[in-house]
Amino acid sequence: MTSEAPSIEIKLLSNPIYLAGARELILGLTERLGFKQDASGQIALAVDEALANIINHGYERQCDKPIWIQIWTTADGDQPGLRIHIEDEAKQIDPDAICGRDLDDVKPGGLGVHIIRQVMDTVVYEKKDCCGMRLKMSKKLQTDHNADQPEHSHG
Amino acid sequence: MADSVDLEITWDTRDGATILTPLGDVDLSRSPCLRNDIRKAFDSSPAKLVIELSGVSYMDSSGVATLVEAMQISRKSNAKLVLCSMTERVHSIFEIARLDQVFTIKPDIDSALAE
Repeated sequence: MTSEAPSIEIKLLSNPIYLAGARELILGLTERLGFKQDASGQIALAVDEALANIINHGYERQCDKPIWIQIWTTADGDQPGLRIHIEDEAKQIDPDAICGRDLDDVKPGGLGVHIIRQVMDTVVYEKKDCCGMRLKMSKKLQTDHNADQPEHSHG
Repeated sequence: MADSVDLEITWDTRDGATILTPLGDVDLSRSPCLRNDIRKAFDSSPAKLVIELSGVSYMDSSGVATLVEAMQISRKSNAKLVLCSMTERVHSIFEIARLDQVFTIKPDIDSALAE
Protein backbone atom coordinates (compact mmCIF):
# COMPACT_ATOMS: atom_id res chain seq x y z
CA MET A 1 0.00 0.00 0.00
CA THR A 2 1.27 3.42 -0.88
CA SER A 3 0.59 4.69 2.66
CA GLU A 4 3.42 2.44 3.82
CA ALA A 5 6.92 3.83 3.74
CA PRO A 6 8.78 2.77 0.62
CA SER A 7 11.43 0.09 0.88
CA ILE A 8 13.81 2.32 -1.01
CA GLU A 9 13.63 6.04 -1.65
CA ILE A 10 16.25 8.02 -3.51
CA LYS A 11 16.49 11.52 -4.83
CA LEU A 12 18.59 12.36 -7.85
CA LEU A 13 19.17 15.41 -9.95
CA SER A 14 17.87 15.64 -13.49
CA ASN A 15 21.24 15.01 -15.08
CA PRO A 16 21.51 12.17 -17.63
CA ILE A 17 24.82 11.04 -16.17
CA TYR A 18 22.92 9.67 -13.14
CA LEU A 19 20.73 7.35 -15.22
CA ALA A 20 23.30 4.55 -15.10
CA GLY A 21 23.24 4.55 -11.29
CA ALA A 22 19.46 4.35 -11.21
CA ARG A 23 19.52 1.44 -13.64
CA GLU A 24 22.08 -0.42 -11.55
CA LEU A 25 19.92 0.02 -8.46
CA ILE A 26 16.88 -1.43 -10.23
CA LEU A 27 18.85 -4.27 -11.79
CA GLY A 28 20.39 -5.29 -8.48
CA LEU A 29 17.11 -5.12 -6.60
CA THR A 30 14.97 -6.93 -9.15
CA GLU A 31 17.46 -9.73 -9.63
CA ARG A 32 17.63 -10.18 -5.85
CA LEU A 33 13.81 -10.31 -5.77
CA GLY A 34 13.92 -13.19 -8.21
CA PHE A 35 13.15 -11.58 -11.56
CA LYS A 36 14.98 -13.22 -14.41
CA GLN A 37 17.71 -11.23 -16.11
CA ASP A 38 15.62 -10.16 -19.09
CA ALA A 39 12.72 -9.02 -16.88
CA SER A 40 15.13 -7.11 -14.65
CA GLY A 41 16.60 -5.44 -17.70
CA GLN A 42 13.16 -4.42 -18.89
CA ILE A 43 12.20 -2.90 -15.53
CA ALA A 44 15.49 -0.97 -15.47
CA LEU A 45 14.75 0.18 -19.02
CA ALA A 46 11.29 1.40 -17.99
CA VAL A 47 12.76 3.41 -15.11
CA ASP A 48 15.47 4.81 -17.38
CA GLU A 49 12.87 5.87 -19.95
CA ALA A 50 10.71 7.50 -17.29
CA LEU A 51 13.67 9.47 -15.92
CA ALA A 52 14.80 10.45 -19.42
CA ASN A 53 11.32 11.75 -20.24
CA ILE A 54 11.32 13.90 -17.11
CA ILE A 55 14.78 15.25 -17.94
CA ASN A 56 13.99 15.90 -21.61
CA HIS A 57 10.39 17.05 -21.52
CA GLY A 58 9.54 17.91 -17.93
CA TYR A 59 12.65 19.83 -17.03
CA GLU A 60 13.68 20.59 -20.63
CA ARG A 61 17.25 19.39 -19.99
CA GLN A 62 17.84 21.49 -16.89
CA CYS A 63 20.30 19.30 -14.98
CA ASP A 64 19.78 20.46 -11.39
CA LYS A 65 16.12 19.66 -10.77
CA PRO A 66 14.91 17.01 -8.32
CA ILE A 67 13.53 13.60 -9.16
CA TRP A 68 12.41 11.08 -6.55
CA ILE A 69 12.25 7.32 -7.00
CA GLN A 70 10.29 5.31 -4.45
CA ILE A 71 10.17 1.54 -4.51
CA TRP A 72 7.94 -0.83 -2.58
CA THR A 73 8.50 -4.55 -2.66
CA THR A 74 5.16 -6.31 -2.68
CA ALA A 75 3.92 -9.80 -1.93
CA ASP A 76 0.27 -10.22 -2.85
CA GLY A 77 -0.42 -13.86 -2.16
CA ASP A 78 2.27 -15.94 -3.78
CA GLN A 79 3.12 -13.34 -6.35
CA PRO A 80 5.91 -11.03 -5.26
CA GLY A 81 6.78 -7.95 -7.22
CA LEU A 82 7.50 -4.30 -6.86
CA ARG A 83 5.81 -0.97 -7.20
CA ILE A 84 7.72 2.10 -8.33
CA HIS A 85 6.76 5.74 -8.09
CA ILE A 86 8.76 8.45 -9.86
CA GLU A 87 8.00 12.05 -8.98
CA ASP A 88 9.22 15.41 -10.20
CA GLU A 89 8.52 19.10 -9.82
CA ALA A 90 8.31 19.74 -13.53
CA LYS A 91 5.49 21.40 -15.38
CA GLN A 92 2.19 19.57 -15.10
CA ILE A 93 0.53 18.11 -18.14
CA ASP A 94 -2.73 16.29 -18.75
CA PRO A 95 -2.02 12.61 -17.95
CA ASP A 96 -4.31 11.58 -20.81
CA ALA A 97 -2.03 13.44 -23.19
CA ILE A 98 0.94 11.25 -22.29
CA CYS A 99 1.17 8.68 -25.03
CA GLY A 100 3.84 7.30 -27.27
CA ARG A 101 4.01 7.97 -30.97
CA ASP A 102 2.42 5.75 -33.58
CA LEU A 103 4.98 2.99 -34.07
CA ASP A 104 4.27 2.85 -37.79
CA ASP A 105 5.42 6.45 -38.08
CA VAL A 106 9.15 5.76 -37.89
CA LYS A 107 11.00 8.82 -36.70
CA PRO A 108 13.44 9.68 -33.91
CA GLY A 109 11.94 9.97 -30.43
CA GLY A 110 8.57 9.29 -28.87
CA LEU A 111 9.28 5.71 -27.85
CA GLY A 112 9.80 6.08 -24.09
CA VAL A 113 6.14 5.96 -23.01
CA HIS A 114 5.44 3.08 -25.37
CA ILE A 115 8.34 1.10 -23.88
CA ILE A 116 7.21 1.80 -20.31
CA ARG A 117 3.65 0.65 -21.06
CA GLN A 118 4.94 -2.38 -22.90
CA VAL A 119 7.21 -3.74 -20.18
CA MET A 120 5.37 -2.84 -16.95
CA ASP A 121 2.13 -4.45 -15.72
CA THR A 122 0.48 -1.19 -14.63
CA VAL A 123 1.35 2.38 -15.56
CA VAL A 124 -0.47 5.46 -14.26
CA TYR A 125 0.51 9.08 -14.70
CA GLU A 126 -1.03 11.68 -12.41
CA LYS A 127 -0.61 15.28 -11.40
CA LYS A 128 0.72 15.81 -7.90
CA ASP A 129 -1.35 18.05 -5.61
CA CYS A 130 1.18 20.84 -5.39
CA CYS A 131 3.31 20.75 -8.51
CA GLY A 132 4.92 18.22 -10.80
CA MET A 133 3.94 14.79 -11.98
CA ARG A 134 3.92 11.30 -10.52
CA LEU A 135 4.35 8.08 -12.46
CA LYS A 136 3.09 4.97 -10.69
CA MET A 137 4.02 1.61 -12.14
CA SER A 138 4.24 -1.96 -11.01
CA LYS A 139 5.55 -5.30 -12.09
CA LYS A 140 4.76 -8.74 -10.72
CA LEU A 141 7.19 -11.60 -10.75
CA GLN A 142 5.45 -14.14 -12.95
CA THR A 143 5.11 -17.34 -11.00
CA ASP A 144 2.58 -18.91 -13.36
CA HIS A 145 4.25 -22.11 -14.52
CA ASN A 146 7.45 -20.66 -13.11
CA ALA A 147 7.70 -18.45 -16.18
CA ASP A 148 9.71 -15.86 -14.34
CA GLN A 149 11.34 -17.91 -11.63
CA PRO A 150 15.00 -17.31 -11.01
CA GLU A 151 17.28 -19.92 -12.39
CA HIS A 152 19.08 -20.26 -9.09
CA SER A 153 17.97 -20.29 -5.50
CA HIS A 154 19.03 -17.69 -2.98
CA GLY A 155 20.35 -19.67 -0.09
CA MET B 1 28.29 19.47 -14.20
CA ALA B 2 28.25 18.26 -17.79
CA ASP B 3 25.12 16.40 -18.87
CA SER B 4 26.85 14.06 -21.28
CA VAL B 5 29.81 11.74 -21.16
CA ASP B 6 32.08 10.38 -23.83
CA LEU B 7 31.34 7.09 -25.48
CA GLU B 8 34.32 5.16 -26.79
CA ILE B 9 33.77 4.61 -30.51
CA THR B 10 36.34 3.00 -32.78
CA TRP B 11 36.41 3.72 -36.51
CA ASP B 12 37.46 1.35 -39.23
CA THR B 13 37.07 1.00 -42.98
CA ARG B 14 36.72 -2.33 -44.78
CA ASP B 15 35.55 -3.20 -48.27
CA GLY B 16 34.56 0.41 -48.85
CA ALA B 17 32.40 0.55 -45.77
CA THR B 18 32.86 2.74 -42.71
CA ILE B 19 32.49 0.75 -39.50
CA LEU B 20 31.68 2.40 -36.18
CA THR B 21 32.03 0.29 -33.05
CA PRO B 22 30.69 1.97 -29.89
CA LEU B 23 31.75 0.46 -26.59
CA GLY B 24 29.53 0.91 -23.54
CA ASP B 25 25.95 1.68 -22.59
CA VAL B 26 24.17 4.08 -24.95
CA ASP B 27 21.73 6.15 -22.92
CA LEU B 28 20.66 9.78 -22.77
CA SER B 29 24.10 10.83 -21.51
CA ARG B 30 26.01 9.07 -24.28
CA SER B 31 23.74 9.07 -27.33
CA PRO B 32 24.85 12.62 -28.32
CA CYS B 33 28.38 11.27 -28.70
CA LEU B 34 27.17 8.47 -30.98
CA ARG B 35 25.06 10.94 -32.95
CA ASN B 36 28.12 13.17 -33.54
CA ASP B 37 30.22 10.29 -34.84
CA ILE B 38 27.44 9.04 -37.11
CA ARG B 39 27.06 12.48 -38.62
CA LYS B 40 30.83 12.75 -39.11
CA ALA B 41 30.84 9.35 -40.77
CA PHE B 42 28.16 10.41 -43.25
CA ASP B 43 30.09 13.61 -43.99
CA SER B 44 32.61 11.54 -45.94
CA SER B 45 29.80 10.01 -48.06
CA PRO B 46 30.48 6.31 -47.48
CA ALA B 47 28.66 3.79 -49.67
CA LYS B 48 27.84 1.89 -46.50
CA LEU B 49 27.92 2.62 -42.78
CA VAL B 50 28.07 -0.38 -40.48
CA ILE B 51 27.41 0.11 -36.78
CA GLU B 52 28.82 -2.83 -34.89
CA LEU B 53 27.00 -3.16 -31.56
CA SER B 54 28.62 -6.12 -29.82
CA GLY B 55 30.13 -3.78 -27.24
CA VAL B 56 26.81 -2.14 -26.38
CA SER B 57 25.20 -4.07 -23.57
CA TYR B 58 22.46 -1.52 -22.98
CA MET B 59 20.63 0.98 -25.16
CA ASP B 60 17.63 3.14 -24.33
CA SER B 61 15.23 4.94 -26.64
CA SER B 62 17.61 7.88 -27.05
CA GLY B 63 20.12 5.46 -28.59
CA VAL B 64 17.40 3.98 -30.77
CA ALA B 65 16.36 7.49 -31.82
CA THR B 66 19.97 8.19 -32.79
CA LEU B 67 19.97 5.14 -35.04
CA VAL B 68 16.60 6.09 -36.56
CA GLU B 69 18.12 9.47 -37.36
CA ALA B 70 21.09 7.66 -38.94
CA MET B 71 18.67 5.67 -41.09
CA GLN B 72 17.02 8.89 -42.25
CA ILE B 73 20.42 10.38 -43.18
CA SER B 74 21.42 7.20 -45.00
CA ARG B 75 18.26 7.30 -47.09
CA LYS B 76 18.82 10.93 -48.01
CA SER B 77 22.43 10.27 -48.96
CA ASN B 78 21.77 6.97 -50.73
CA ALA B 79 24.10 5.13 -48.39
CA LYS B 80 23.43 1.76 -46.84
CA LEU B 81 23.10 1.56 -43.07
CA VAL B 82 23.60 -1.84 -41.49
CA LEU B 83 23.49 -2.71 -37.79
CA CYS B 84 25.24 -5.84 -36.65
CA SER B 85 26.31 -7.98 -33.70
CA MET B 86 23.46 -6.75 -31.55
CA THR B 87 23.24 -8.16 -28.03
CA GLU B 88 19.99 -9.84 -27.04
CA ARG B 89 19.09 -7.03 -24.65
CA VAL B 90 19.60 -4.33 -27.27
CA HIS B 91 17.69 -6.37 -29.84
CA SER B 92 14.74 -6.58 -27.45
CA ILE B 93 14.25 -2.80 -27.44
CA PHE B 94 14.16 -2.85 -31.25
CA GLU B 95 11.49 -5.52 -31.02
CA ILE B 96 9.47 -3.56 -28.46
CA ALA B 97 9.64 -0.51 -30.74
CA ARG B 98 8.88 -2.71 -33.76
CA LEU B 99 12.03 -1.47 -35.44
CA ASP B 100 13.67 -4.86 -35.86
CA GLN B 101 12.01 -5.16 -39.27
CA VAL B 102 12.77 -1.58 -40.27
CA PHE B 103 16.55 -1.68 -39.91
CA THR B 104 18.91 -4.00 -41.72
CA ILE B 105 20.27 -6.04 -38.81
CA LYS B 106 22.92 -8.69 -39.35
CA PRO B 107 24.34 -11.18 -36.87
CA ASP B 108 28.01 -10.32 -37.42
CA ILE B 109 30.38 -7.94 -39.16
CA ASP B 110 31.09 -10.24 -42.11
CA SER B 111 27.43 -10.57 -43.04
CA ALA B 112 27.01 -6.83 -42.54
CA LEU B 113 29.81 -6.12 -44.98
CA ALA B 114 28.36 -8.64 -47.44
CA GLU B 115 24.94 -6.94 -47.32
